[in-house]
Amino acid sequence: MGDSVQTAERAAPSPATATRINDFQMIVATINGTGSQTSNTAILRALFKMGIPVNGKNIFPSNIQGLPTWFTIRVSKDGYTARRETNEILVAMNPNTAVEDAQQLPSGGICLYDEVFVTDQRYRGFGFEESRDDISYHRLPIDALLKEVDVPKALQDRVRNMVYVGALAHLIGITLESLEEALIHHFKGKEKPVALNMNAIKAAHAWAQENLQTASPYRVEAMNETEGMILIDGNSAGALGAVYGGMTFLAWYPITPSTSLADAATAYANHLRVDENGRKNFAIVQAEDELAAIGMVLGAGWAGARAFTCTSGPGISLMSEFAGMAYFAEIPSVIWDVQRMGPSTGLPTRTSQGDLMSAYLLGHGDTHHVVLMPNDPKEAFEFGWRAFDLADELQTLVFVLSDLDLGMNQWMSDPFDYPDEPMKRGKVLSAEDLEERNGKWYRFVDEDGDGVGYRTLPGTEHWNAAYFARGTGHNKYAVYSERADDWVENLERLRRKFDTARTLVPKPIVHGKKGNPIGIIAYGTSDTAVLEARDYLAEAEIDTCYLRLRALPIEETTRAFIEEHERIYVVENNYDGQLANILRMELPEYATRFITMAHADGWPLTANWITETLKQHEAAQKN
Amino acid sequence: MTTVDLNALRFLPESQRLDRQDYQGRQSTLCKGCGHNSIASQIIAVAYELGINPSYIIKLSGIGCSSKSPAYFLGRSHGFNALHGRMPSVATGAVTANRHLLAIGVSGDGDTGSIGMGQFKHITRRNVRMVYIIENNGVYGLTKGQFSATADMGQETKYAGRNELPPIDLCLEALAGEATFVARSFAGAPKQVKTLLKAALSHNGTAILDIISPCVAFNDHASSTKSYAYGRSNQYPLQDMTFVPSEEEIMINEENYDAQGEQVVELHDGSRIILKKLDKGDHDPTDREAAVRLLEDARSSMNGVPKFITGLIYVDPDRQTLSEAIGMTETPLSHLSEEQLRPSRESLEKMMKGLM
Repeated sequence: MGDSVQTAERAAPSPATATRINDFQMIVATINGTGSQTSNTAILRALFKMGIPVNGKNIFPSNIQGLPTWFTIRVSKDGYTARRETNEILVAMNPNTAVEDAQQLPSGGICLYDEVFVTDQRYRGFGFEESRDDISYHRLPIDALLKEVDVPKALQDRVRNMVYVGALAHLIGITLESLEEALIHHFKGKEKPVALNMNAIKAAHAWAQENLQTASPYRVEAMNETEGMILIDGNSAGALGAVYGGMTFLAWYPITPSTSLADAATAYANHLRVDENGRKNFAIVQAEDELAAIGMVLGAGWAGARAFTCTSGPGISLMSEFAGMAYFAEIPSVIWDVQRMGPSTGLPTRTSQGDLMSAYLLGHGDTHHVVLMPNDPKEAFEFGWRAFDLADELQTLVFVLSDLDLGMNQWMSDPFDYPDEPMKRGKVLSAEDLEERNGKWYRFVDEDGDGVGYRTLPGTEHWNAAYFARGTGHNKYAVYSERADDWVENLERLRRKFDTARTLVPKPIVHGKKGNPIGIIAYGTSDTAVLEARDYLAEAEIDTCYLRLRALPIEETTRAFIEEHERIYVVENNYDGQLANILRMELPEYATRFITMAHADGWPLTANWITETLKQHEAAQKN
Repeated sequence: MTTVDLNALRFLPESQRLDRQDYQGRQSTLCKGCGHNSIASQIIAVAYELGINPSYIIKLSGIGCSSKSPAYFLGRSHGFNALHGRMPSVATGAVTANRHLLAIGVSGDGDTGSIGMGQFKHITRRNVRMVYIIENNGVYGLTKGQFSATADMGQETKYAGRNELPPIDLCLEALAGEATFVARSFAGAPKQVKTLLKAALSHNGTAILDIISPCVAFNDHASSTKSYAYGRSNQYPLQDMTFVPSEEEIMINEENYDAQGEQVVELHDGSRIILKKLDKGDHDPTDREAAVRLLEDARSSMNGVPKFITGLIYVDPDRQTLSEAIGMTETPLSHLSEEQLRPSRESLEKMMKGLM
C-alpha cells in the first residue's frame, strides 16, 4: 500500500459471511497509565445500558505507566460472561504490541488503530497494515480529531481514548445516548467532564460516519437482558457486604488485587457508618505489613469487633502463623484473599485459584479453616456479611476466597439482597449472663456438644469474666497446660467444631438431572465458563451435572453428588488441581472418581477449554 | 472531647476497692530471683494502690520468658499470649476495638528488639494507648542463653561466647519511632518501677518502659551490664519521681517548683508526675532532642559500656492516639447495636439503583 495515506480504511477481501449480532468479543490494547479505563468502562456500561449481556476484563501489568494493557469486552446474546479466547475486534492504541495484537484476530476481524502507526516517522517500517490482509483496518486520525473538538491541552491525554469509543460506536452500533448515560454514571453526574468526553466521542462518531463505510460484520443491537441488573466489581461488592455485615474493624496492607477492596470498604463505611456526631462506628488501619494486619484483626476480634483483613496470596503466607493462632485461640476473624498468581513479581496482576489448599490448611499443627468461595458480585456481597456471622458463631477464622477476575473486573449481577437474617454474634456471655450462672463458665468446655465454647469479651464487668487466650497449651478451662490428654481433648473438640461448620456453611448449587454419569465440580469464577461449557457439551451430546462448591468444609450435598456420579471432573484455575486433591483427601473412598481439570496461565478459564478438555477425557474413557 | 469518664470505669471507687490478692495471678514458673517476677509484683502493687478495675485491664505479651509473666499478675483481667514479636499488633486491634480498655503489654528484648522491632516502632508511631513493658535482660532465656540485640558488645557468656555486635538501645529506637512516653528502669529499683508504671497507666498513648531485668540463669554475672550487681551500683536515676493521681491535689505551690529544682508534668487524665531533679543532672523530659542527646551521651560514655540512666526520659502528654486520629467512636465496637452496624434496607436499594 506504500506510504501514502489516502483512505481511512481497508476492508478485508472476503468479508465475514454473515453479520454477527451481540455475539463477539473485542479487545482494546493500550499503554498502562493512559487513562483507557474510563473509555473502556464507558463502552462496557453503554452496552449494559443497551440491555446486552456484557463482561469486561482488564488485563493489566504490574506497572504504573508504560507497559501494555488490554481490556476485553464480551457481548453475548445468550448471557455468557466467561472469557473467550478469540477477539473479533481490536482497538490498537499501543504501537509496541499492535502487530502482535493484530495477529490474534480471526480472519474477517476488524482493527481500529491510531493513524500515527502509519504516519509518524517513529513507526516507519512498522508495516502495520501489511501484517494481515484478511482483516479490516480502520485508521483513526486521533490527533486531528482532538484538535477539532478543542480540548484543553492539559486534558488531551485524558480524552484521547474517547476517539476510539466514538468510532467504535459507529462501527458496531453502540448508541450515543447509552454512551452518555455511561459517562454520567462514571463521572457521578458532573456535567463538565461528561460534556468534554462526549464532545470527543461525538466528533469521532461523526467522522466515522463520514469516512468508515465498510459495514462491520460484528454489531450490537439493543436487547432487554440487563433490566434491573447492576454492573459492579467483586471487590466493591465484598466491601459493601462487609459494611452491611457490621464490619467494625479493618486492618490491611496494600497488595494487588485486594487493595481496591480496602479502598471500597473505606469509602462505603465513611458514607454509611458515621454517626450524627461525625464519629465513625468502625476503625480502619493501614498496617505496616500483613503480619501486623492480621494481628490487629485478631486483637480486635478477641475484643468483640467484627474484624477483617483483605490480602492476596503473598499476604496469606505472611499471615500463616496468626491464622493458626486464630484457629487454636478460637478468635472470630475474617480474611479476604483476592487470589492472584505469585509469588513475587511476574504475574501479580493475573488471576488464579491457586490459594485454595493453603487457605484451607493455613497454619501449623492440624489447622482447618472455613473457606467461602463467591462466584459473582452478588455472592461476594452475601459472603461479605455472612463471613462475620460464621466467624462469630464458630469463633474461628473464616476465609473468603475471591480472585482478581472477580475482584477487579466489572460483572453483571442481580441487585444484592439485603441480609435476610439478624446478625449472629455467637456465644458471648455478658456480665448479666455470668451473674445468672453464678459466675460459672469455662472458656473451652463444650456445653452444647457442637464444639463451640462460650467466650467473654475484655471489659465485661464481672469478677469471673476474664480468661487467658493462647495458642496451644491450654486445657478446657483456658488454663495453661502441657498435659497430653488436655491437648488431645482440645483437638477432638476442634474437630467437632469443624463438623459443626459443615452444617453452617453455604450449601453448593447443583445443576443438571440425576442419573447422569458425568459430574463437574467447580467453584468461584470458574462458574461462568463451566455453565457455558455445559451448553456446548450438551450440543455434543455429553450431558453433565454440575455442582458449584461455595464453601469448605464439604457437607452432605457434595458427598451425595459425588456418590451419584461415576466420573467427577474438578475444574479449577490452578495447576495442581487443588480442590480435586482436597476432595481426594476428604473422601478417600471416592478418590478414584476425581479427574483433575486444572489450568493456570494467568487468565480466567474459558468454556472452550473446558469443553474440549472434557471431550478428550470422555473420548479416552470410551476407548 | 471524651464523653465517657474513663477514669470512673478504669478505677474502682473507694467503697469497691479490692484486696491485694485479687490482683494476683498464677504461681510464676520463672526462675527464682528472675527480674521479671519483681516487675510482676510491682504491677500487682500498682494495680492495688491505684484501685484499678481489673475488668478494664487487658494483659498482652509475645513469646519468651517475659511474655509468660502476664499469667502471673492480675488474674481477674483478660490476657492474650500472642506470637513472638507480634504483641503490638494484637494490642492495637484490641485497644482500638474497645477504647475503655487499659492495656499492659509485656515483651522482652528479643521479642521487641529483634523479631518484633517492626511492630514496636509502628505502635509507637501510631501512639496506641498502652503500657509497653520491655523486660530487658540481654539474652534469650527459653532457648538457653543466646545473645539478644541489646547485649553489650564484647560481653561473654558460657553458651554464646563473645558478642561482637553493638547493642540496640530500645529507648533510642522508641524515640526515633515517635514514642510519646519513654522511660528506663531497673527491676532492682522497685520504687522507681512502681512510679513509672503508675505514670505510664495514665499516659494517653504508648508508654515504653525499658526495664533492665536480670536473667539469673544466663546473664547475671559480673561482666554483664544487665546484672543485679551492675544495676545496683551503676544505676543513674535522672529524677526523684512522685506520681499524683488525678483526684489528689498537689499540696505544694507550683510556682516554687523550678526554684526547688522540680518539674511537674500533667498527663492527659489530670494526674501529674512531679520530677525532683537530682544534683547529677537537669534533664527536661519534655524536650525530645535533649532526650536523644542524653541517651547518645550515655551510650558513648564509659568506653563503650553505656551509662545506666534510669527514670523518665521523654514524655509528650498531648499527641493524639491512633483511635483519636482516625476519628472513631468512643463506644466499644462490640457494644454497637445492629441498627448502628447495619445500614438500612433503603440505603442498599438506593446503592443498587445507582449501579444499574
